[in-house]
Amino acid sequence: MTITTPAPGSPVAYKDPVRQALARRRARRDAFVGMASLVGFVVVVAFLVSRTPGWPAVQETFFNGQEFVDTFPGLLQAFLLNVKIFLIAEPIILVFSLIIALVRTLRAPIFLPLRVLATIYVDVFRGVPTILVILLLGFGIPALRLQGVPTNPVVWGTTALILSYSAYVAEVFRAGIGSIHPSQRMAARSLGLSTFQTDRYVVLPQAIRNVVPPLLNDFISLEKDTALVSVLGPIEVLRQAQIDASSTFNYTAYVGAALIFIALTIPMTRFADWVQARMSKRQRAGAVA
Amino acid sequence: MSGLTTRRVLMPALALAASGLMLAACAQEPSASSTTAAATTAAASTAAASAASSAASAAASTAASTAASGGASASAAAALDGCSPENLTLVNPGTLTIGTDTPAYPPYFVTDDPAKQDAGDPSSGQGFESAVAYALADKLGFTKDQVTWQVVPFNSSYAPGDKTFDFDVNQISITPKRQKVVDFSDGYYTVNQAVVALADSPIASATTLAELKSAKLGAQEGTTSLDFITNTIQPTEQPFVFNDTNMAKSSLENGTIDGIVVDLPTAYYITAAQIPNSKIVGQFKAQAGGEQFGLLFQKGNPLVTCVNKALAALKSSGELQQIQDQWLAGAAAPYFTE
Repeated sequence: MTITTPAPGSPVAYKDPVRQALARRRARRDAFVGMASLVGFVVVVAFLVSRTPGWPAVQETFFNGQEFVDTFPGLLQAFLLNVKIFLIAEPIILVFSLIIALVRTLRAPIFLPLRVLATIYVDVFRGVPTILVILLLGFGIPALRLQGVPTNPVVWGTTALILSYSAYVAEVFRAGIGSIHPSQRMAARSLGLSTFQTDRYVVLPQAIRNVVPPLLNDFISLEKDTALVSVLGPIEVLRQAQIDASSTFNYTAYVGAALIFIALTIPMTRFADWVQARMSKRQRAGAVA
Repeated sequence: MSGLTTRRVLMPALALAASGLMLAACAQEPSASSTTAAATTAAASTAAASAASSAASAAASTAASTAASGGASASAAAALDGCSPENLTLVNPGTLTIGTDTPAYPPYFVTDDPAKQDAGDPSSGQGFESAVAYALADKLGFTKDQVTWQVVPFNSSYAPGDKTFDFDVNQISITPKRQKVVDFSDGYYTVNQAVVALADSPIASATTLAELKSAKLGAQEGTTSLDFITNTIQPTEQPFVFNDTNMAKSSLENGTIDGIVVDLPTAYYITAAQIPNSKIVGQFKAQAGGEQFGLLFQKGNPLVTCVNKALAALKSSGELQQIQDQWLAGAAAPYFTE
């Protein structure tokens, strides 16, 4: 074995082959121990679970293959309504809640009424259970029998979700705005930027970047809460699962619906991670450690 | 470098293999997993119980047919031999625990107590199902005090595991699919489906199924009324499905939907007492065999034999008909034509 010493002044740091070999061996051993432990754990759990006296009943009731095959296409079909509600609600919530958050951060005394209104809105809709808002709008508004007001329950369910979630998301945005140091705003003003320009070019780009993870969190939550609209009558995925379950007295359809929700939320989470990683990379680009 | 590769490649691969292993274990046939002593015993006893119950129910149906064919009260009394509170298998020894959902609706459950109007009061003994339950309890030898009621939401009535009630009475229709999971008593009421609409609704004067096809129809989730909409009426618009009949009624009242499908006695009650400007548009002829309400039991519960005997006795003595006439009288409406 020849030990090569790097030339003086070379950018390549000297690496001791003996130490490197040691590190490699340790890494391999760690990986092996970790995997062996994981596999052993899974085997033991699977063995114990499948040996419990109730397991055949559980498998039959929750993981029935035939039931799954029978109900899953219908569930997917019904899930389109959830997706539709979500896709309509999400952009409206983003815009609406950003406006609320900006109104709440206005400092000029003339805007006091707006500030008070925005605060009341957030307090009320954050304090009321979402399902209550859905029931209130979905059953209440059509009961007024007003001319020209839609009676479609999906419209009112979506409206209720927008009202409820905008209150949460507005607070997330406000937290993001609050996290920007006042010196940033002062610096922008001293450069001659107007209040609007300061918000648009200095505060918001930084604020929104900071709150991407909690925003995504709220959207995952919104995606799941689209199921609440079912109380008004439309058949979405949860209701479809319920219908399947009560016609056969088997809960496999619920498990199918759960899988559909998970299948959508996991990519959303990974996407959020990726966006965040990209942002922080850009932020640090060219930075000197 | 290679250590890193081991971690990056090997670990996820092994993790995948491990989860595959777990899935494989889960997918095992139930019979294959009953190698341990406990599992074998459990399986054997379940098999024995179901064999016993099927034999017993065969016997019961024979007894019922004998009673019905004119054996009258003497054979009915004899058929109840061995069915006294002491030797019945009960969830709570000495008392008959009966489940039903809340709110318990008229005309199945009726109460005079204004404080209990909203949720209903099954223990009043009034209303069709309450009266039937107490008549059965009486036949089995229970006093009124020995009957306790329990709130059992419809969706949990068929949950796996031990039931906390002896039987559940909640206008549950007997279907072959459901019979795979629970046991039902013999039917105690044959029911038709009916459409209720507001008097000014576009379908208020419909007389044929075809006229209902373009309507927005609603029903309670988990009911055969809903199956009826999807399978028989087959409307062009997707049906609206609600957690309970109250919500379906609200949507009917506020104009979100054109009509609701419910069983005929409920339709009668809604139009007579609950929604003033509503009417029964029509009822549907019972399909082959008819739809019957049955009492729901845990699968393999031996109690079903005695309850069927008591039910047969009530049928042959005319008591069941009497109760039905008292609470479900006047449930008549025009039939829809194809």
